[in-house]
Amino acid sequence: MCGIAGLISTKKILENGDRIKRGISLMNDRGNGLGAGYAAYGIYPDFKDYYALHLMSANDQSLKEAEQFIYKHFEVAFTRPIPVWDKKIKDHPVFQLFFILPGSPVEERLPEEETDNDYVVAKSMLLNRTIAGAYIYSNGKNLGIFKGVGTPLDIYDFFKLDQYAGYSWLAHNRFPTNTPGWWGGAHPFNMLEWSIVHNGEISSYGTNRRYLESFGYYCQLQTDSEAVAYLIDLLIRRHGLSIKEATIVLAPPYWKTIDRISDPEEKELLLLLRSTYEKAMLNGPFAVLTAFNGGMFSLTDNTKLRPMTAASHDGYTYFASEIASLYEMQSGLEDIVTPRAGQPIITCFEKEVIAACK
Amino acid sequence: MNQSVTQPGYQSLFQPTFDLERCDGCGDCALQCTFNEIRIEPRGDRKIPVANRLSCGACHRCEATCPRQAIYIEEKPLALRRHGIWKTADIKRVHQQSASGAVNLTGFGSDSDLPTYWDRMVFNASQVTNPAIDPQREPMETITTLGRKALSKKESLAKKGENQLIRLDLPIVFAPMSYGSISLNLQKALARTASEHGMLWYSGEGGLHEDLYPYTNYSILQIASGRFGVTPDYFQRARAYQIKIGQGAKPGIGGHLPGEKVLPGISETRMIPEGSDAISPAPQHDIYSIEDLRLLIYAIKEASNYKPVCVKIAAVHNAPAIASGIVRAGADMIYIDGFRGGSGATPSIVRDNTGIPTELALAAVDQRLQDEGIRHQASIIIAGGIRNSADVMKAIALGADAVAIGSVALIACGCHGCQRCHSGKCPWGITTNNPALGKRLDPDWAYQRLSNLIKGWHHEIEEIMGLNGIYYIGSFRGNRFILRGVGLT
Repeated sequence: MCGIAGLISTKKILENGDRIKRGISLMNDRGNGLGAGYAAYGIYPDFKDYYALHLMSANDQSLKEAEQFIYKHFEVAFTRPIPVWDKKIKDHPVFQLFFILPGSPVEERLPEEETDNDYVVAKSMLLNRTIAGAYIYSNGKNLGIFKGVGTPLDIYDFFKLDQYAGYSWLAHNRFPTNTPGWWGGAHPFNMLEWSIVHNGEISSYGTNRRYLESFGYYCQLQTDSEAVAYLIDLLIRRHGLSIKEATIVLAPPYWKTIDRISDPEEKELLLLLRSTYEKAMLNGPFAVLTAFNGGMFSLTDNTKLRPMTAASHDGYTYFASEIASLYEMQSGLEDIVTPRAGQPIITCFEKEVIAACK
Repeated sequence: MNQSVTQPGYQSLFQPTFDLERCDGCGDCALQCTFNEIRIEPRGDRKIPVANRLSCGACHRCEATCPRQAIYIEEKPLALRRHGIWKTADIKRVHQQSASGAVNLTGFGSDSDLPTYWDRMVFNASQVTNPAIDPQREPMETITTLGRKALSKKESLAKKGENQLIRLDLPIVFAPMSYGSISLNLQKALARTASEHGMLWYSGEGGLHEDLYPYTNYSILQIASGRFGVTPDYFQRARAYQIKIGQGAKPGIGGHLPGEKVLPGISETRMIPEGSDAISPAPQHDIYSIEDLRLLIYAIKEASNYKPVCVKIAAVHNAPAIASGIVRAGADMIYIDGFRGGSGATPSIVRDNTGIPTELALAAVDQRLQDEGIRHQASIIIAGGIRNSADVMKAIALGADAVAIGSVALIACGCHGCQRCHSGKCPWGITTNNPALGKRLDPDWAYQRLSNLIKGWHHEIEEIMGLNGIYYIGSFRGNRFILRGVGLT
């Protein structure tokens, strides 16, 4: 059991993490203090065209090795430690922020690293696999993940999230049951522009993880939810699926339902997605909230064994595991929806209709 | 000379024992026994059965059919001096061989006591956070698609119509057993069961008897080294075709259907003269290398209007590299037959000493194809010693797309594993085409038995998925985290 919450200003109005913190902290019954985290979009406007790497290192030694790796493979525009307030949490990894661009020109890259995005993914995965104790856990542009072991309040204070201004926020309150509570295993998980928070347990993790490995994604953070972020990057960015199609892959309609569909085109597409992406499908109970550059979307499993509610109000959309949390973020909500099992809710920024949003 | 070594009775390991208080002397047991083990003798004012002590193989036909439950089979006492190396079977094999000068033949799958790795693996189960699913109440999906799949939606649209996928209702197929090695009645029952349960059945290499035409939409027809029964019409009927390279029970050697078993129906179906030996060469003589295999794959595709082509190999040491080559040569499915796979007739020296367990080959092949990024291009079907639904699901968790069952189907129809399939005298009417014996297997009864078995397994498969919190078999496939090894090393 975990708690998740998200808020997004469709007009891209910036705000600090206060509201999302209140929303997620209301659901402390859904966490046990062994993990919490936030994703914030729009926080690095000065370097918005650079990939913002958030690096977590177990100690100074692994930080040093990771830095060597990063300077070798990337062009670093700016770097600094991620500011932390460690009066309350003493035992924590070292955090460092890098704004980077790919370090080698296109013609010198391997075929699978041809685009900048692919290059950043490949090198992040390589660092996570090869440098002991060091992990790039956030590598999107103009966004950042802040997560660790503690309550949502602890982590908010630790990373000083009152001092960041973002237009789209995710938060997670963790109650780990299948893997240890450690800094890397806290949510959100990120790959490029995609950040996810997840409530549930992925029974298909073994299948998904092996499937991802054949596309160069390697799960290193010991939490099943990690696979979801990579799957979404694979499906939407690399394979060009729309968000709607990606949600069909992750939580597809039953074969019986597909067999009853009369529209041949729709039926064919569903059959195609189910057979092609058999191993990308998620099994087990889940509610996943995904933030991306174009907006935010939620998805639950086919039997809806994890809760999800959402509400729109005055240019904002709020998502949370519990309705009370929605009210905590915004009073006076009227239009609260609880999606049907397996149905996504997709919110996009105004005037910014991107292909994936269609 | 010590005559005892060469007398035939000395070779038999079992004997029927009769409870004469129950026996009413009806004499049916003597008729049921096809190995001439029982004779009826007058004793006073009644008739009683007597064991000949020559040839009992523990097929249990007499016991199972005795109307008075007056028979049981026991091991014949045989007190050879115990020896660390010379086991009873070793000594008897030498005796037998030095009497005949021939190759010792056997049937069924290997009975050696090499470890069965299925037994060293156990499943995980959901507790608390990913709730177990009750298959009686929740939807469960065992639907499986076989064939060459696209890597992405884009590729799939680009190659629209090129790759035909086969949809199964559950990931089980009946293993190839030819008409000739098994009776036509059993083949009919297999074909009918497969077509009614959304499975597939394989023809084996003996061609396609016309009685099976109604079921060909659920069939995979085989093209083996003997090319028996392969006609232009053959390529218009099936759902898919299989090139047989090797067989788990006898990797590297061909097949041999003795002339005595080539009766009229078989002669017609195989297109060979009655009474002539049907020999399948060890290799396919138009395949001496991988490029030849590629030619044959595409020839079959051309001939069959691009039906999926499956290549069957025995599980051997370098199966991963071979499998990779086969996929790259254009096969849509790979069928791996392990060393416990059954056989109608095979030299025991080959059966018991060649090839590797299918579970080892499966794990290695699946990993290799995955590492090379071509796993989606072919489905993996495995066979060889699958005994129950747990074995099936362990295979799926190791990465198999579907599992083939052969011996299990025979056992469901009465086989007791006496390992004399090669004799042509199967008392259960399973591995014989002797018209009188073949009649012992009623196809409707056999269909009912097979159908029950599949139904039971289907329920069990859903239970195993459900207790792991998985409702779709695709999420079980290759999900090695579900398995734990217990004492594997």
